[in-house]
Amino acid sequence: MKKKVLATLLSVAMVSSVLAGCGSSDSSSTGDAAAETTDDAATDDAAAEESTDEAAAEEEEIPTSTFGDPNGTHLEMWTFVELHGQHYGNMVELWNEQNPDRTIEITCTTYPYSDMHTKLLTSLTAGTGAPDICDVEIGQYPNVVAGLDTWLVPLDDYAAPYMDTMVQARMDVYAGSDGHYYGAPYHVGAFVMYYNVAAMSEAMGLTQDEVIAKIDSVVTWDDYAALGQEYVDAIATEGKYWTSVDTGGVDWQWIAMAEYGEDWTGGFDGTANVQLDSVKTMLTMEQDWLNTGLAEVSPDGHVDLEAGFQNILDHNIVSFPKAMWYMSRFTNYMPEESGNWYIAKCPVFEEGQICSVGVGGTGTVVTQQSANQELAAEFLCWAKMSEEGEQLIWDNLGFDVCNTALWNDDAFAHDDSNQYNQFFINYPYDVLYEIKDDIGTIYTVAISPTINEQMCNVTLNDILENGMDVDEALQAAQDVVDLEQ
Amino acid sequence: MSKFKKFFYSQKAAPYVFVLPFILSFAFFWIYPLCSTIVMSFQNITATGTEWVGLDNFIKLTKDTVFHTAILNSFEYMILTLVLLIPFPMLFAVLMDSRLVKAKGFWKACLYLPALTSVVISGTLFRLMFSEYSTGQMNLITSALGLGTFKWLKMKATGLAALLIVCCWRWTGVNMLYFISGLKAIDTSLYESADIDGASAWQKFRYVTIPLLKPTTIYVLTISVYAGLAMFMESYMLWAGPDSPNNIGLTIVGYLYKRGIAKNQLGYGSAVGIVLLVIALAINIVQLVLNGTFKKEED
Repeated sequence: MKKKVLATLLSVAMVSSVLAGCGSSDSSSTGDAAAETTDDAATDDAAAEESTDEAAAEEEEIPTSTFGDPNGTHLEMWTFVELHGQHYGNMVELWNEQNPDRTIEITCTTYPYSDMHTKLLTSLTAGTGAPDICDVEIGQYPNVVAGLDTWLVPLDDYAAPYMDTMVQARMDVYAGSDGHYYGAPYHVGAFVMYYNVAAMSEAMGLTQDEVIAKIDSVVTWDDYAALGQEYVDAIATEGKYWTSVDTGGVDWQWIAMAEYGEDWTGGFDGTANVQLDSVKTMLTMEQDWLNTGLAEVSPDGHVDLEAGFQNILDHNIVSFPKAMWYMSRFTNYMPEESGNWYIAKCPVFEEGQICSVGVGGTGTVVTQQSANQELAAEFLCWAKMSEEGEQLIWDNLGFDVCNTALWNDDAFAHDDSNQYNQFFINYPYDVLYEIKDDIGTIYTVAISPTINEQMCNVTLNDILENGMDVDEALQAAQDVVDLEQ
Repeated sequence: MSKFKKFFYSQKAAPYVFVLPFILSFAFFWIYPLCSTIVMSFQNITATGTEWVGLDNFIKLTKDTVFHTAILNSFEYMILTLVLLIPFPMLFAVLMDSRLVKAKGFWKACLYLPALTSVVISGTLFRLMFSEYSTGQMNLITSALGLGTFKWLKMKATGLAALLIVCCWRWTGVNMLYFISGLKAIDTSLYESADIDGASAWQKFRYVTIPLLKPTTIYVLTISVYAGLAMFMESYMLWAGPDSPNNIGLTIVGYLYKRGIAKNQLGYGSAVGIVLLVIALAINIVQLVLNGTFKKEED
């Protein structure tokens, strides 16, 4: 009797475990994607885009698209943002016009974020199956660049023609520990301050120009907080704040470090140290703002999430610092805010400090497994760094391109048909040009994922949500980081 | 031809041939990965090479506070799921088996339906429901009740509650089916004789149903112990990744994923997996011994 029951149950278990196996592998593939978007969004430009793009890609059932000359050299390309693939599609048509003797056909495949990176790492480790060209998100980049020239093709020679106009720091973040450049950047990701001028002028009873004059006079974080106090006093409504501080992202700490010229990763050869004065100053300031009602904690952790967009749409916060790629979040998720927002440079702690830092990014690599390394590398650098390429990046992807020569090019930066120029009160590139020499760099190295993880999971929550002492929380974070180095 | 026939008809060889497909797949998909995981747990595997590090990975695990949090979380979760997912499904199964309930097919389908939905979709929906924003479903309910809003997924207690809600929603129906199949195997004459002896409904449940359901209960307990310890998808979907505030949603498998896959530290990830295996085996062996499963059956 008992045996019969057990036997039945065991066979049920066997069948169900087989089925469960299928089920979970399916689901994890899509699961990762959405997941990564939220987590890494802190250091990730394409984060929110991904989720929507992936969804779109899945619905269409054809994540691959082939562009260019069917008789040309065939290149395989993987990305995790469908728009990126289209960019290469546009560029390959242009390339084939200009190089009729060396035409290219490119197949771009869009995978969900996490899948693509896992696939890439697996195929690089296995030594087979990797594409010619692949997008790598900066948060994942340390894992990929760890393979140096056994996995990737150094791009130094191919990038050389464009180097004099490129932002050096953005090339450096994609360099390997051997000093070679392995990734081509899309954008600077310059950190700027976004202000909701419409909401401010309504609450404070000022005209748009008066508000802008006030914003323009903000130099230090103290000025910023003072203006915020003015706004909060004027609106005097519960649930309305000046800004929101992040527990799910380290952007605020990055800008603080850049302003003081520090870097908690310690660079390629250094030792990571999170107990920096700049970090402590920023966290203490954020804690004060929370206590005085100037700021709230960003719902769900940071502003680059559904709840964050809603918070901005509801005018619960009217200013926040974020990288320039956040512009596309406005046009994609908050189109009704058109004409309300003004972009300005970030405040500093002490006058004379630099006021920006490059945040997030996607480096595109050429793998050693490519049969046409030279062509792939030459095409890649041209597609991402030449003026033609940068023009399309700005128009379609809305990124602050790395080619500084274009930043004050009137036809490029002040083109009124560009959707981002139309959306914001001022021209985004005017701000970028103004801070041209003030953009710092925080490196993304092997220890970076550990630091980000500890900060976003534990430290920032302890400090900003639970009011823990800053020194104490940072000491705990340092202990965890030390275990890894 | 005759040689083949001889081979296949031979009483010695044929059984081996029949079990071969299973043995092969078992060896290839279970034994080999298991051995290779054990080997890898003693290695440091990087992009450029593999080196033997002895017990380093395990020594590091003893100092890794995040891993300790993960173990604690998995244990808490496992114990709470046992508390919730054995008595209630058993109760539902008894109800489904009784004459008191009408439209049984409908109720069974309702309870079982969640198991068929994708965890990805349901997880995303639950995440949005538990959003800390004032428009989140749960916050709308709590504020309608005058309790105010909660940051559900940021606090330990509410986060764990959310996980358990997802888990119960998903697995109650499955466990109920196990118990129903167990109930079907109980001889009705036992209930009849209990009726003749004047047993009350509770006495029948206590002295007939529960003892005879023991094999099913042991089975459900065993898989629940393992499922609780190995939980990953629910927390992964609820927090949109293996990371959660103060690691309240981090489980052992979540940590394994984070180390092995996300960070590409396959050696360290393997060590985490081995520890999980040892813990799950130890608990289940103790549990099975205590339940007398290894004793010789009387019948």
